Amino acid sequence: MNTENSAPQFAICILEEQTQLTLTDLCRACAVHDEQIIALVDVGVLEPQGREPGHWRFGGASLNRARRVLRLQRDLEIDLAGAALAVELLDEIETLRTRLRALGGGY
Amino acid sequence: MEFKDYYKIMGVARDATQDEIKRTYRKLARKYHPDVSKEADAEARFKELGEAYEVLKDAEKRAAYDQLGANYKGGQDFRPPPNWNAGFEFSGGGPGGGDGADFSDFFASLFGRDFRGGGPGRASPHAKGEDHHAKILIDLEDTYRGATRTITLRVPAVDAQGHVITRERVLNVTIPKGIHEGQHIRLSGQGSAGGGEGTAGDLYLQVEFRAHPIYRVDGRDLYLDLPVTPWEAALGATVKVPTLGGIVELKIPGGSEPGRKMRLKGRGIPGEPPGDCYVILTIVLPPADTEAAKELYRKMENELNFNPRTKLGV
Repeated sequence: MNTENSAPQFAICILEEQTQLTLTDLCRACAVHDEQIIALVDVGVLEPQGREPGHWRFGGASLNRARRVLRLQRDLEIDLAGAALAVELLDEIETLRTRLRALGGGY
Repeated sequence: MEFKDYYKIMGVARDATQDEIKRTYRKLARKYHPDVSKEADAEARFKELGEAYEVLKDAEKRAAYDQLGANYKGGQDFRPPPNWNAGFEFSGGGPGGGDGADFSDFFASLFGRDFRGGGPGRASPHAKGEDHHAKILIDLEDTYRGATRTITLRVPAVDAQGHVITRERVLNVTIPKGIHEGQHIRLSGQGSAGGGEGTAGDLYLQVEFRAHPIYRVDGRDLYLDLPVTPWEAALGATVKVPTLGGIVELKIPGGSEPGRKMRLKGRGIPGEPPGDCYVILTIVLPPADTEAAKELYRKMENELNFNPRTKLGV
């Protein structure tokens, strides 16, 4: 039997565009407790739709944003506000780098 | 296996104080953290650093390592002597830096595998399996047309004897049309198997584009340098431009300066709305390498009375 290219194929989606996450989803995906995600919302790192935690819906991009802040906080021993600031600045650097590259700045 | 020189990895002297080691670790951790650093090997470097710090920050482990390491150099073939750590007592505690799950075999041979893993969220026997994260490098053309790519993932697994081994896993992944750099493809249920009745975790693939010979990318927008002749720029012309969807004709207005940016609406990466393709004009001078060409330049010099430096006052 020809087994070449028999690797299974899967249904896929773009996380950032086609996914909404609940608080429970996000906690599980980041392997943290509710309070840590709620703290991320409190400092404005994540901006879910919905009034109360039970009804929150997070955009797909929240997942990696949350993971990055949590990693920085843990690995570099910085507090949440510091990690949030770091991620905002890193995002800005990334945007500027991309723009510079796009304009042929030769980064 | 190779002997690892933890002092060299951290760049500290063998007689460095615990305070020096801590300060050095913090400084290097900020520098090499994979979320901060753009270096290609940042992740490996950061892991190695975490492992070195795990040993050197702990007086007991450091003493044991020092006794062992006096006769070895980094990279040298190494077998731990039997009962090498007799007389030392390690007081447990998980790894400090990084995930800790990927310490080297060298580390494991000295301090055991118990230091591996132990991440959060491993509670219920029916818990959903862990998610996996990886990167996938695709071509710009893949996101324009959609494509199927075969990827090979190296997944750590535990064999029947309890050893941690690496298994290869081959997946055919459909690249969704319109995905762009930094976005993630989510493959539901393709992470680790769940415990008991728990469902499997998910697999996330972070998309990166291979550098393209023609286009530069910003989100869904593409940028392209278009070389034109001085007369095309000066007099105006209709020229051919390659786009991801094929060749289109672009009308260049007369009197265009180099650097002029023109937009081909909707000719970028597809989506709702699709990105645009920006064409940036560069003016290329014909070489004055024949007598006829030189004569033309001389003619311009004599007849145009053109000083490009008037703004400089010269």
